[in-house]
Amino acid sequence: MTRTRTPGISRRSTLALMGAGAMTFAAPWVARAQAKTVKIGMPTILSGRVAQLGTSSRNAVMLEVEKVNAAGGLAGRQIEMVIRDSKGQPQEAARVARELVNTDGCELMIDAEASSGAFAVHEVARDLGVFCIHTNSETSALTADPKQHIPNAFRTARQGVHDSIVGGSYAAAIAKAKGLKKWATCSPDYAYGRDTTAEFTLYLKRFAPEVEIISESWPKLFQPDYTEVVTKILQAKPQALYSCLWGGDLTSYIDQANIYAMFGQMEVFAVNMADYTALTVVKNLPKGIHSGNRYIKTFPTTPENAAWGDAYKAKYNEYPTNWSWENATAIMLMAEAAKKANSADGKKIAEALKGLTIKCPFGADGTVTMRGDDHTLVGYAIGWGTTIPQEPYVPEVKAGDWKTIFELEAEWKKSKGYA
Amino acid sequence: MDLDALAGCLSSSACLVTQTTSGLIIGMLLFLVAVGLTLIFGVLKVVNFSHGAFYMFGAYFAMSAYQLTGSFALAMLAGAAGTAILGLIFERVFMSRVYGADVLMQLLVCYAFVLIFDDVVRIIWGPEFKAMGMPSAFQVMPLFIAGGVVPPYYLLLISVALVAAIVLGIGLSRSRIGKVIRAAAHNPGMVSALGINTGLIFGGVFALGGMLAGLAGALAAPVRSLTPGMGFSVLIESFIVTVIGGMGSILGALIGALLLGLIRSFGSLGFPLFTEGLMYLFMVIVLVSKPTGLFGKEAA
Repeated sequence: MTRTRTPGISRRSTLALMGAGAMTFAAPWVARAQAKTVKIGMPTILSGRVAQLGTSSRNAVMLEVEKVNAAGGLAGRQIEMVIRDSKGQPQEAARVARELVNTDGCELMIDAEASSGAFAVHEVARDLGVFCIHTNSETSALTADPKQHIPNAFRTARQGVHDSIVGGSYAAAIAKAKGLKKWATCSPDYAYGRDTTAEFTLYLKRFAPEVEIISESWPKLFQPDYTEVVTKILQAKPQALYSCLWGGDLTSYIDQANIYAMFGQMEVFAVNMADYTALTVVKNLPKGIHSGNRYIKTFPTTPENAAWGDAYKAKYNEYPTNWSWENATAIMLMAEAAKKANSADGKKIAEALKGLTIKCPFGADGTVTMRGDDHTLVGYAIGWGTTIPQEPYVPEVKAGDWKTIFELEAEWKKSKGYA
Repeated sequence: MDLDALAGCLSSSACLVTQTTSGLIIGMLLFLVAVGLTLIFGVLKVVNFSHGAFYMFGAYFAMSAYQLTGSFALAMLAGAAGTAILGLIFERVFMSRVYGADVLMQLLVCYAFVLIFDDVVRIIWGPEFKAMGMPSAFQVMPLFIAGGVVPPYYLLLISVALVAAIVLGIGLSRSRIGKVIRAAAHNPGMVSALGINTGLIFGGVFALGGMLAGLAGALAAPVRSLTPGMGFSVLIESFIVTVIGGMGSILGALIGALLLGLIRSFGSLGFPLFTEGLMYLFMVIVLVSKPTGLFGKEAA
């Protein structure tokens, strides 16, 4: 029904509406079977310092849900999203997740939390048995560790260990070509920063054994000033620097390192640079920073990916983030799995989702797969390239090789006692 | 611990110059925020917990002015003047009502405004982080002094803060207004009886404090990312500075801020995992040996 009270509503449309209403009352079994919506609960971070990422998750989900609903919904049932703010706190995320299922009657769940919250929501999913897709947690253990495995939970985020293998081999190739032996690292001092840096250097040294880490810096998360870190790295005189700082921390760091002309003195590898949230904010983006892809509409270089990025920008007036594509993929996979199972039931979708390969704008070869044995996404576009100060920001991305990723991932799982 | 790195640095002039300037920059920005805090406490006898917000507003005002005009000087002016006006309004409308009140009441009002100001920034400028960008005049190669690296922008930053410190110090001790302010701090009732408008003085001091924090924010804007809530971490370090230097002492704020800056820059070499802890450790040592702070006066 229209909300604006224009005088132009015709008698015919009013009658048609009334007729439809009468039909609904007259045939309740039809209404229940066909018009009943399926509620999907989604805890995410909508306030605080990473609110931008949570908002971009919600945007991406809504973009895809509209498409699914227009095409008839999940096995004929329209999707209704129930999205709640967890404020980025794990206990709040768990509480919200529980409430979404028990009070709001959500039958399916998208967990759009960062790693800290995702493990908490995972326990709720274990307890309630609700179907759940983790969309943003990249911590490898969430799916790699068999202790975490439950039949009803999946992950559509990239995985830390995949990133490290691709990043390590890319960086090692450049280290060998340019003779970069002395490396420094500078990453935020919390679980993500420590783990990611350790995995990156592990693979860097594996592919280029002559590399030596001569200086490590661990600034605090959200530290306003990095001057003492910048000058410390300058003193150490490394030939290359690795950093997994992200967001506003990374842009601060770049601005402060820039005035020391640091980027001319060493090769810089910043895995989180090639994300639009950072790329569009930095005013004097140095040329030639090496970065992993997060979301960029020019990689994979397919019309589908570019069209998706443009559609998102047209609707929300900003570019998608890394979290956007991970959430969009979750809806795409759920829609396909529901079609295959011909049901919107969580158990049946979970069964259909195991090993499912779908066409996807973010796939390395145009498809992505939900791996059956550990319920995590594989085959997504992953690669590294160097930055330029204007669009397309990262003109050429060197794609990672999934065959190598699988081999080394299997080996890594063994070394961790996961397989 | 990496004492070799620290010893190596202390024996090399290049490293000494770089790390010392790095410490001075951190210290000088901190000084501008802390001196406002200590000034307001000294005269108005309130601890302004919302002081970090002025640092934040200074940065946002500067960024907006820079985007509008493209002039760095106007951006600094906007940061300082904007926060001065904001400080005056804030003091007259809100803070002046809680002067005689319980400390808890003052704390509550200030904390409410920390949250309100953060949300105001979020509504006006958006929740995502922003960057102002370095003006092209300062996008030049750093200077090399005795082998050490010194960016020209940081030289400007240090000199502006130093000028502010000198003007403030001399102004308060020598000028007529300074004498009135000190008198008002000592005995506001008597000053008022002499026909001087103490409300105006209190408002002016608060505006001055806000302006200094705003100037710090504006100076930091080209090199630090701007987010709602950015004032908070600066506020905590400013408190450490005022506690070390002594509440109410301008010289104390200067020395405290510089010491903290140097602890950070040299501490990150010698104690990379304990840099943050060093600051607190230093504060504890000062408090134990001299509870009023290095330059604090004994409570009357």
